[in-house]
Amino acid sequence: MKALPEPLKARRAMRDTLLAAILTAMEDGDVFFVTADFGSPVLDLIRERYPQRFINVGIAEQNLINVSAGLALEGFKVFAYAIAPFITMRCFEQIRVNLALLSSVRPMNVSLIGVGAGYSYVVSGPTHQCYEDLTLMRSLPNMQVFSPADQITAELLARACLTRPGIKYLRLDAQVVRPLYEPELHNLNDGFKVHGNSHELCLVATGFMTHTALKAAAHLAKLGLNLSVIDLFDLTHFDTNALLEHLRTARRIVSLEEGFQGCGGLDSLLFNLLSRHAVTAPFLNIGVAPHYRFELGDRQTLHEQVGIGLHTVIEKIQRFCPALPS
Amino acid sequence: MHEYDPALAERLREKADWVWQETLRIHQRAPETRVASSLSPVEIFVTLYYGGFLRQNPADPRWHERDRCIISKGHGSLCMYPILADLGYFPASELERVCLEGSFLGAIPDPVIPGYETINGSLGHGIGVGAGMALALKRRAMDQKVYVVCGDGELHEGANWEAFMFAAQHQLDNLIVLVDNNQICMLGATDSIVSHRDLRAKLTAFGWQVQVVDQGHSCECIAQALATSQRANNGVPQAVIFNTRKGNGVPGLENAPLSHVTPIAPNVLAQLLEAKR
Repeated sequence: MKALPEPLKARRAMRDTLLAAILTAMEDGDVFFVTADFGSPVLDLIRERYPQRFINVGIAEQNLINVSAGLALEGFKVFAYAIAPFITMRCFEQIRVNLALLSSVRPMNVSLIGVGAGYSYVVSGPTHQCYEDLTLMRSLPNMQVFSPADQITAELLARACLTRPGIKYLRLDAQVVRPLYEPELHNLNDGFKVHGNSHELCLVATGFMTHTALKAAAHLAKLGLNLSVIDLFDLTHFDTNALLEHLRTARRIVSLEEGFQGCGGLDSLLFNLLSRHAVTAPFLNIGVAPHYRFELGDRQTLHEQVGIGLHTVIEKIQRFCPALPS
Repeated sequence: MHEYDPALAERLREKADWVWQETLRIHQRAPETRVASSLSPVEIFVTLYYGGFLRQNPADPRWHERDRCIISKGHGSLCMYPILADLGYFPASELERVCLEGSFLGAIPDPVIPGYETINGSLGHGIGVGAGMALALKRRAMDQKVYVVCGDGELHEGANWEAFMFAAQHQLDNLIVLVDNNQICMLGATDSIVSHRDLRAKLTAFGWQVQVVDQGHSCECIAQALATSQRANNGVPQAVIFNTRKGNGVPGLENAPLSHVTPIAPNVLAQLLEAKR
């Protein structure tokens, strides 16, 4: 088997590591890859090596889902691949009916790979940016929702998708991010990773915002506030007790997401969890102000404008902890 | 492969008549069912299920070697309930409980019913899912067919046309779409809403081989068309447009523009069933 070309090894985005894992997995004749005319260099290798199990349905996400469902009903393990807002919203009813509903009564293994979490398609505007997908996918019973923060997690999740039955949504960032984990030491079982051990404030983030959370924690530590950061990459099947164990010890809890604030994403997940288990620590939710915007700028600038930039996050946390020097 | 047999044609006619009556009886007990759109495909289903076209095993509805039949116009397939019960997919006593608490037979069928493959309460999903199944069967070198029975109204959904293009591109000649072309939607004639104009020409332009059966209630004509589709094996997906009558055989309902959710008046139902005795 030919190794990956060197340039692909260097600066790898989540989709590159994930697709490389799928490329290896395609040796299993039961794995099928379906794309809605969305590519990447690694995908070219899949297409070249496995033409019988690689299908491009064209710019047709509804059919992407329907064909994937049909393949899965016949026993194939299917990866369906497209830009995040399109694979979740253009075809939401196909996902609801032919994956979420149907998987209640039929065994299926379908993994939806959506690339372009949050603002990661920085200059492409709100059609290509994606702030609603976690909410929508979470709303569907049976759907397993993953939001990795780095390439390593994305790669491990791709492998896990093959052995976990059911239907899944993987939300990937389109940009190259700093690797956070060592593959050998990274265990997906809990559904989250804890950084730091402070009880002052627990900052729960997901996806790209885990990086912002870690930077905010480093900055605030210098000001005398120690945070623990939780990277919640599995939004549906995390170990509830293990997560609660961390949250119960925190004097304050903050959620941080690259999705609309108060609209059913990570903040709602945490709010429900904390309420249900009578965790009464003060809770602050930081997310994208729920408006569509057309301004251009780099990702950090856009993030500051919508309320989730590093500086804004630091300010919000400082206000949330009034005892702190600002 | 299917061989045409005149004696079989007569049996299919008798069976279709029985299914028509049973469908009315179910509607008599459960008036919330959509009876008009369930009367247009009676002969299509009867020919498919009793005419030797469909490899099936009622004792094992998920039998690996079965031909797949997706009933895309789910709401308009009440007539499948007596057919499936008669063939042994489930006990006939279940027909007494349609729409009642605890029954698996609702006004719109779901795949909790033995014999139903997929979910089709929402329209326009069957052809795409069927295309995926047909592709999978090809890749597994299985010769099973995938039949999809749809209505003409549901072809308004754009996802169908994504699937039509896809099936032609991938030469899915094992995918056979049967259009119950009763030409009436919920609010009137399909032509008066958004016309398909020349559906045959349209599907042909999409790369399908198309037959039109004007006598869509003749089991004999249906059987001939199905046999032709089955034999194709030419790399071209197959469609048959059956021109049918919504509410077939029910005065006041047949071809009535607003028949979709109209129940049949109890006295009319009683008279119709009495006349068949």
